[in-house]
Amino acid sequence: MRRLIAVRFGQGLFALWAVSLIVFGLGRISGDPTYTMMAMDARLEEREAFRERLGLNAPLTTQYAKYLGNMLKGDLGPSLKYPDIGAGGAIVARLPATLYLAGVSLALALLVGVPLGVLGAVKRDTLFDQVSKILALLGQSMPNFWLGLMMMWIFSVKLGWLPAGELGGFKHIIMPAITLGSFQIAAITRLVRSSMLETLDTEYVKLVRIKGVKETRVIWIHCLRNAAPTPLTYFGMFAAVLMTGSVTTETIFSWPGTGQLAFQSVLARDFGLIQGLVLVFATIFVVCSFLVDVLYAYLDPRIRFN
Amino acid sequence: MPQIKLMPRLHQVLGLFWQVRKLPRVATVLLLVVLVIPAVFAPIVAPHDPLIAPDGVRGRLEPPVFAGGSWRFPLGSDHTGKDILSRVIHGSRVSVTIAAIGIAISGMIGTTLGLIAGYYRGIVEAIIMRMVDISFSIPPVLLALALAVAIKPGMRTVLLVVGIQLWSVYTRQVRGDTLGVMQQDYILRAKAAGASDLRILYRHILPNVTNTLIVLATLQVGFIILLEAGLSFLGVGLNPPTPSWGLMVADGRILIITAWWVALWPGLAILFTVFGFNMLGDWLRDRLDPRLRQI
Repeated sequence: MRRLIAVRFGQGLFALWAVSLIVFGLGRISGDPTYTMMAMDARLEEREAFRERLGLNAPLTTQYAKYLGNMLKGDLGPSLKYPDIGAGGAIVARLPATLYLAGVSLALALLVGVPLGVLGAVKRDTLFDQVSKILALLGQSMPNFWLGLMMMWIFSVKLGWLPAGELGGFKHIIMPAITLGSFQIAAITRLVRSSMLETLDTEYVKLVRIKGVKETRVIWIHCLRNAAPTPLTYFGMFAAVLMTGSVTTETIFSWPGTGQLAFQSVLARDFGLIQGLVLVFATIFVVCSFLVDVLYAYLDPRIRFN
Repeated sequence: MPQIKLMPRLHQVLGLFWQVRKLPRVATVLLLVVLVIPAVFAPIVAPHDPLIAPDGVRGRLEPPVFAGGSWRFPLGSDHTGKDILSRVIHGSRVSVTIAAIGIAISGMIGTTLGLIAGYYRGIVEAIIMRMVDISFSIPPVLLALALAVAIKPGMRTVLLVVGIQLWSVYTRQVRGDTLGVMQQDYILRAKAAGASDLRILYRHILPNVTNTLIVLATLQVGFIILLEAGLSFLGVGLNPPTPSWGLMVADGRILIITAWWVALWPGLAILFTVFGFNMLGDWLRDRLDPRLRQI
């Protein structure tokens, strides 16, 4: 088990290092970084001064070493839009809002997806199952920005029941959470359903039933516990996707999070900010994958001894 | 007496057509209506040119025919006066093109790398699998955003992002399958008989992997279309006036209060296309390779 953790950790670190290389390279592929990081009409002397200040005249390896050193210290680089707090400061300020949204979406996905999946498996091939299967596939096929837009149109414009965005409580977050999590809700439903179908047929479940345990207990406690590992692996990916995929949702609902920050930084051509964001999100991704791998190995002993 | 097949390849191909009649009905019909027919026959089926406003600025924001408009613009017109129906129809070509190119390139690269990784093992495999891990760690939307700042957005950036995202799925799958096939006896016998590596890969391993590849490719079409739509929606994908469905939804976003139809139809087009492909992929997977039955 410990060896597994060590190996996965090493792989994660390696992946992150490679991402930092890629991000570093992205900033340099258009030739002169001053063209991405400064205004279009900057004078030649300003560009030269900028280059000197950022150490862009040093050889590439030295630049990368300095870049890496900064990252490790926590300095994510300069930002055009937020010159005083830098990229790192801007990201940290926005992160709580995104985490809030992602958290609610994840909770929604679990609260809706798991029961639907379990019930679909138990009531296999009934009307309920057919309908939920189609709805789940529909949820996975829908462009979530369109869903958000349509929901906003129906519930905010036509009916006026819900506010059209901005940070807030239940009324404010319910539409963005559904928009962000629609794919995940559908996917979890399908995953749990297929996993439960397998579990419901196994020998040990039959034994539990023979022992006289109530059917409700059998389904929700015994089966679900055994059906959990497979959906769980995807769960980690979902968590990462939710956190990093919030750009469209936050843009539509004016949610002041990192996704919206990313979108604005493209409009402002603020490469320093984008660079920092890619790195932060890649880190979140890798950390989530790592945690899920470890969790899966913990839950399923067969993995450990492979 | 053994059956003698004249032209065995022809026999194979005809057999495929025989299989076609067993295709799932709903998915195929849906896809045909929403994607195949519009994509192939776009210039004939579309009432107007997708890039020109037939009435100029005077035809802006006409509602659909059932909401107060006329048959001139059956699904309404957008803010520049272009007909929405024609643009949605032509948009199918855009989606098909990107999906086809994306899958072709990343499929070829991914499969080749997967075969190499599984066949040669050792350090080559380790390097390739590490690259797979890395490509999984990069969030696609952010990559596209970063690219959009570094180089101009357009078809190139979309294909680049799609390519970077996709190839690793094939590599992982193909490598796993190759490892499985390699355990079989006939590989060893082929080697003993002096078959070259290339021949073994092509004649023995690849055919066993093909089924899974078909399923993967079908399931990925939906993903690619959604990805391209999302990128174009954010403005870091295709550029106007290309009739990309995602772009059209973005156009309609600002007008959602007054001209709801501008965003509705392209979104529905995306929905039905991806839905059709997902259904098709599910059916294919159930028939060709149930092992993939996870998601």
